Amino acid sequence: MSFQDQVVIVTGASRGIGRAIAAAFAAKGAKVACVATTLANATATAETIGGSARAYACDVSDSASVEVLFEAILADLGTPSVLVNNAGITRDGLIIRMKEEDWDRVLAVNLKGAYNCTRAAAKPMMKARYGRIINITSIIGQTGAAGQANYAASKAGLIGLTKSIAKELGSRNVTCNAVAPGFITTDMTAELSDDFRAHVEKSAPAGRLGTPEDIAGAVVFLAEASSSYITGQTLTVDGGLSL
Amino acid sequence: MSEDILNRVTKVTVEELGVKAEEVTVAASFTEDLGADSLDVVELVMAFEDEFGIEIPDEDVSEIKTIGDVVNYIQKKSGE
Repeated sequence: MSFQDQVVIVTGASRGIGRAIAAAFAAKGAKVACVATTLANATATAETIGGSARAYACDVSDSASVEVLFEAILADLGTPSVLVNNAGITRDGLIIRMKEEDWDRVLAVNLKGAYNCTRAAAKPMMKARYGRIINITSIIGQTGAAGQANYAASKAGLIGLTKSIAKELGSRNVTCNAVAPGFITTDMTAELSDDFRAHVEKSAPAGRLGTPEDIAGAVVFLAEASSSYITGQTLTVDGGLSL
Repeated sequence: MSEDILNRVTKVTVEELGVKAEEVTVAASFTEDLGADSLDVVELVMAFEDEFGIEIPDEDVSEIKTIGDVVNYIQKKSGE
């Protein structure tokens, strides 16, 4: 139970990768704050993973809501040791057709959301002289993808955010790393064509799409106390697809 | 110089920087004498803001170098 009684905050915890991350930490004894846009969805995850998980509703793109969220988590559970910025959305479209609101919304949730939560978590972590901040980016942030200019920009932005926070907070024993999933079986990738799925299965040395648990394993590793000398890095977890 | 403000500034500085109260003299510089780095300075400023219920804008922070500077600044701010 390596995370016994540690407070772990996971955003976007209601589905897919976020839910698997929340479950992985709960299984290791952590007090997990499951954050989702609706309380019903957050509660569903918190009840499934059990333990002392608590559910919170928050739109992470809204800084005032994030402040309220962190006040509640600090009061309910205590100082956070781990923050996983996982909340993310897609609003795909080719650039010439991409609406401004689709650009703004994706950047607001995926990138500004991470800024809001990191800012709120950094102060108590600095004071505690301990913290692990993990941003869920994507291989799309490194390679780009036609039809995903907004998503790719937000995910590439997270990598720059990760490196900067690592430099700012390193002296306080607060690390910041990113995990870049490849193609993982979630609601977000459910719409991919069978052809594409077959292509991934053929091209990735692992011979399959990833599971949310594959990503959770990498996140848990980076959150371990023993990973204190790893910071500012992006760990690609894609079954070797990008090789 | 207000004794009350000085005492509270000293208390906050001791808590934030983990220094001894006797090191916290009026002339002591945060970065040169009390070993504060840039992050410490930001944390201190936020702690002073909380302690005194004031806001210290970034452009004023660069003017604050010593304990005495903080006491005078807060005195001026609260007198306004």
